[in-house]
Amino acid sequence: MTRNDATTEGTEPDAVETEREVVEGDSEVDEDDGEVVTLAHGAGGEATRSLVDQLVVSRFGDAANPAGRAAEPGAVGLPELDDGSAHPISGGETSIVLTTDSHVVSPPIFPGGDIGRLSVAGTVNDLAAMGVTDPIALTCSLVVEEGTPTATLEAIMESMRATCEEAGVAITTGDTKVMGSGELDGPVINTTGIGAIEPGALVTDAGLSPGDAILVSGTIGDHGIALLSEREGFDLGGGLESDVAPVNGLVAAATDAGEVTAMKDPTRGGLATTLNEMAGKAAVGVEIEERSVPIDDAIASAGELLGIDPLSVANEGKVVLGVDPDDAEAVLEAIRDHPLGENAAIVGRATEDHAGRVVLDTGFGRRYLSEPAGEALPRIC
Amino acid sequence: MATDATLQFRDPDAAREIADRIDALMADVGEPVNLMHVCGSHEQAIAKFGLRSMLPEGLAVRMGPGCPVCVTNMPEVDEAVALAEDGAIVATYGDMYRVPGTAGSLADASAAGADVEIVYSASEAVELAEENPGREVVFFATGFETTAAPTAAILAAGPPGNFSVLSAHKYVPPAMEVVAELPDTDVDGFLAAGHAATITGYGLFEAFVEEYEIPVVVGGFEPLDVLLGIERLLEHIDDGRAGLENAYPRCVSEEGNTAALETMWEVFETTSGEWRGIANIPDANLAVREEYAAYDARERFEIDPDVGAADPLTERCICGDIMAGTADPDECELFGEECTPRNPVGACMVSSEGTCKIWLEYGGRPDL
Repeated sequence: MTRNDATTEGTEPDAVETEREVVEGDSEVDEDDGEVVTLAHGAGGEATRSLVDQLVVSRFGDAANPAGRAAEPGAVGLPELDDGSAHPISGGETSIVLTTDSHVVSPPIFPGGDIGRLSVAGTVNDLAAMGVTDPIALTCSLVVEEGTPTATLEAIMESMRATCEEAGVAITTGDTKVMGSGELDGPVINTTGIGAIEPGALVTDAGLSPGDAILVSGTIGDHGIALLSEREGFDLGGGLESDVAPVNGLVAAATDAGEVTAMKDPTRGGLATTLNEMAGKAAVGVEIEERSVPIDDAIASAGELLGIDPLSVANEGKVVLGVDPDDAEAVLEAIRDHPLGENAAIVGRATEDHAGRVVLDTGFGRRYLSEPAGEALPRIC
Repeated sequence: MATDATLQFRDPDAAREIADRIDALMADVGEPVNLMHVCGSHEQAIAKFGLRSMLPEGLAVRMGPGCPVCVTNMPEVDEAVALAEDGAIVATYGDMYRVPGTAGSLADASAAGADVEIVYSASEAVELAEENPGREVVFFATGFETTAAPTAAILAAGPPGNFSVLSAHKYVPPAMEVVAELPDTDVDGFLAAGHAATITGYGLFEAFVEEYEIPVVVGGFEPLDVLLGIERLLEHIDDGRAGLENAYPRCVSEEGNTAALETMWEVFETTSGEWRGIANIPDANLAVREEYAAYDARERFEIDPDVGAADPLTERCICGDIMAGTADPDECELFGEECTPRNPVGACMVSSEGTCKIWLEYGGRPDL
């Protein structure tokens, strides 16, 4: 009963917010040119990417990434559109890694978590997906609406504190804004995370080589399907819960156990979008055995009911890894030994064929796995 | 991975056994065979599980006019947009949300401030009317018999006075006749949609089989259902029979859901109308009967839609040929280029039931 869907909550730079700032800063705005931002632009996938390209990368891509900088060891710039950016300092001995996420989610408190936990886990996980498992600090910007019960905010902030403790990180600076009644539909929380890493330990989205094993750290689709079911008021007998959790501990176990070549947290757009991005950035193919992808029974059933593929919706406590084939079993074992990783699985491998694309073996036949084109809408029959 | 019931119909080993029998039947038939199904959910299953890659060369399984959203005519969308712009809350199924009319879609109207709500069912639209007693709530109702019957039940039950229906419901059997008669369409057998047949019963197709001498098999939507339906059709073709068969007996009976049918025909009557991209089809649109005129948005409001100059690209759109089964989506020059789910030119790209969107969603040509 809403046009929002689980893939619209942001865990990456929020496209809509970014758009507003750019428009306000431009003195020659033609508001009547007919183009407006739609929910599809916030859903991850191609629509989001083209908006971010048009609005942000086109303006800041060069400045953030002067000629030659991208090739510098330990540097990751804006045009890479990775989970964050990386900046070598101290003569290249260390890279500072920076990422930011804005979080809006309806409802703000949902089965398995809340916007507070989401806003800490989202940023911690973006850092973790670049290899930074011991973040220096987080910031917290809170925008709330007049009339919001203080108790609600207490609950959200307490959840942030608990999640910070779980992730071993502290919030050290922040900002609070209050909007007038009716000017905001629920709280907005932005967190920025900063960490430091040896350049050699940086893991990017783009590091896959043919032969690498593809691992997922647990069941896929939990967050997106749980939230969609909740919003649609489906009572499926309980048991559908978001997986929102900080995965930096799990990632540390994985990177200690073997050579992790590429990594990404499969948030908006889900596993399908993440794998396509990894394949595209590395110009390799990725082959996935659909039956190896761990999906919780209840999530699979709810997905069938909703007509929405668990592979295409957000996860908030998972990571997708490319691993050197010789180390795949060791890394898998290390992840499974972690409390968040018991359902981890090797789900496929990188290939030379089908460069830039993801091939899904369904057990019946083979097809490409595409990223979702826009917001997920319920089907008619 | 899923419930026992779904696993039972998703067993790849059993699928391979059926595929082997399909191979043998095709070898026996000895010539190319063209099958048509008429349901987006069949295409979804075929594409999602990669079933075409299990079929032998020479056996084509194409989707016909099986997407009710796709065949909804642009002026019907214009009516819904006009009602939303005039201040009604327009409730509709998610598939309909982005379908372009001549002057825009409900999504466009929503972005411009109109109240458009996506619902899962007709009864949810009634709830909206109950929750908003001071507003007119119009349910833009689309779909075949499967959704027409629930819409009818809602009207028959006497919804609130601020509720009305803008019917774009369609009735499948006449469309199959039109496709069977199209000069360029060469269909050797129809895989009929199990969903609709749960309402209508499979007996409904007897007259069609007799008149057109084309076999019809009613099929379900799990991968094994689809393969089994294909196998049964090939048996008929191999034997030179034009018979009718129910390959979905766990859901479909010969007489169908008689209570639902009764209500459907109490509320709706068939009328002629344009199916987008196909033809003006006699008796294939469902209009609200006069007895229920109070709930008929077309009677209740003076709808004065803006008629825009439809996107000029629509002239190059081959949606009609695709729904007639004479072309595949990747034969369209717009496919995946100018025409994407985000900026659909033809209706086949908008709905999850549309062939083009399904093909794009599952990789462009879903038989690697």
